[in-house]
Amino acid sequence: MSGAREVSGVGAEQGPDAARRAVEATWRIESARIVGALARYTGELALAEDVASEAVAEALVGWPRDGVPRDPTGWLLATGRRRAIDAFRRRSARDVRYAAFARDLGEGGAHGGATPSGAEEPDLLWDPDRIEDDKLALIFTSCHPVLSKEARVALTLRVVGGLTSEEIARAFLVPTATIQARITRAKKALGAARVPFEVPPAAERAARLGSVLNVLYVIFTEGSSASGGDDWIRADLAREAIRLSRVLTRLVPDEPEAAGLLALLELTAARFPARTGPDGEPILLADQDRRRWDASAIRRGRAALARAEAAGRGLGPYGLQAAIAEQHDVAPSVEGTDWARIVVLYEALGRVAPSPVVDLNRAVAVSMASGPAEALEIVDGLVAGGALPGSYLLPSVRGELLSRLGRPDEARRELEAAARLCGNERERAVLQAKAAALEELSG
Amino acid sequence: MTKYMLIMRGTDEGRAAFEATDFTEVIAAMGRYNEQMMDAGVLAAGEGLADASEGAVVDFSTDTPVVTDGPYGETKELFNGFWILDVSSRDEAIEWAKRAPLSGPGTRLEVRRINGVEDFPQDNEWIQKEKEWRQELGTE
Repeated sequence: MSGAREVSGVGAEQGPDAARRAVEATWRIESARIVGALARYTGELALAEDVASEAVAEALVGWPRDGVPRDPTGWLLATGRRRAIDAFRRRSARDVRYAAFARDLGEGGAHGGATPSGAEEPDLLWDPDRIEDDKLALIFTSCHPVLSKEARVALTLRVVGGLTSEEIARAFLVPTATIQARITRAKKALGAARVPFEVPPAAERAARLGSVLNVLYVIFTEGSSASGGDDWIRADLAREAIRLSRVLTRLVPDEPEAAGLLALLELTAARFPARTGPDGEPILLADQDRRRWDASAIRRGRAALARAEAAGRGLGPYGLQAAIAEQHDVAPSVEGTDWARIVVLYEALGRVAPSPVVDLNRAVAVSMASGPAEALEIVDGLVAGGALPGSYLLPSVRGELLSRLGRPDEARRELEAAARLCGNERERAVLQAKAAALEELSG
Repeated sequence: MTKYMLIMRGTDEGRAAFEATDFTEVIAAMGRYNEQMMDAGVLAAGEGLADASEGAVVDFSTDTPVVTDGPYGETKELFNGFWILDVSSRDEAIEWAKRAPLSGPGTRLEVRRINGVEDFPQDNEWIQKEKEWRQELGTE
């Protein structure tokens, strides 16, 4: 340990910069609780996000000047509540609906938000028994179907994930103003649709949970397209999606698909360390150094999948994809993979979530389990049905199968067609190389 | 995300104060703290160590290592346990550390980043072997 380089002394973790970082760290850890409590208090997420942002802005000015408060979360909650009271008073001056509302409000008195009861205690905002409900209502509301998909993603990362608008913007490679505008539009849309701040009633719950899971999945895939290096901020999005899925599974332990999604993300991310070479080039599953796979992530993912299965209601689409990922993760090699099991899982996935992409993946698994001829039948069925128009995937798989069946001329034509359709430069190069190799073969 | 270890350190004096506290209360306080980190999806691992009187110190100050049975006489600080967190920044790790249910004279939490693969030369044969061992052990 090089003592001289150690940060030491009183000044190291104090001063304006440390206070600013304390604000950001507190927001990161507590945003869901703060916005959730304020949304329950005010009855609307839009106002809660406004006043929470105001509280953060005040902390960024006040904490460097006055020091970090003993209870940073309590400080942000109290400040946010004061700003909410100010907002209601302003509204009551011009809107009679808020007049009665504002009368009940005071520095010491809390309000029940959308369902005022008047009997609630002043410290209700801090009630530890309501944190979970507040967080869950927050997640459901920020993933509400009235919002556009990109608005759901931005709002969820902001209020549930506790990211700053700058961080979200960097991760999505757009200007900060774009993210701020998305969040503003999202808040307006929630207000216009009069979306209540609540955990959805039982009848809507399944569909609404589907929207939440989809948002987390989208955040993950956005991050998983990053390749490391300068892309670390984007790669962190995948990590954040996993963290949020963990948060969600603890809030809804009775929902197997939430555990299924967590399992899918853990089991997919487990392979990230091996998916790119030294120069950032993609490495196919077959060529990956499986020693580099993250064994802890595999263990966590399998545990989550076991929880999803233990519910005994059959796996949903995320759970089934997790079960497929698990088969890859536990296999010693491509040859040593239980492809027959993967075929069965794709068949099940095709039943609960029919899609030509699933059929195509099933065809690939069938080719590994039973050979290319049987797989080609599936693919030809997709071609005949006009599936996946304009996608390079279908001709690419068909080309591979034809090549393995010893039909190089047809295979080459398919691979060339795939190369023309492929938007990714590196993958296109791989397809062209394969086609060229076949040309030599067929001479 | 980066992994940080929160290392619990204390002195004999702090230990004495800790032992005076009701054990059930300690378990409940630690449990609540761990639950918060589980709920936030950041806790990766954690262990507490048995009393130093059961331990020993191997001192390398001289040519031949010298073994001292716990509680180690002049040793000022004791390492009592750790948490491993997977968090977005050093500041977040520090923020979690500040919430630990610890108190008493000389009680401290040290916050240290855990080395990742990027900290080592990947072509080194021992680093390569270590990857296999991690697979075998089921750790990262």
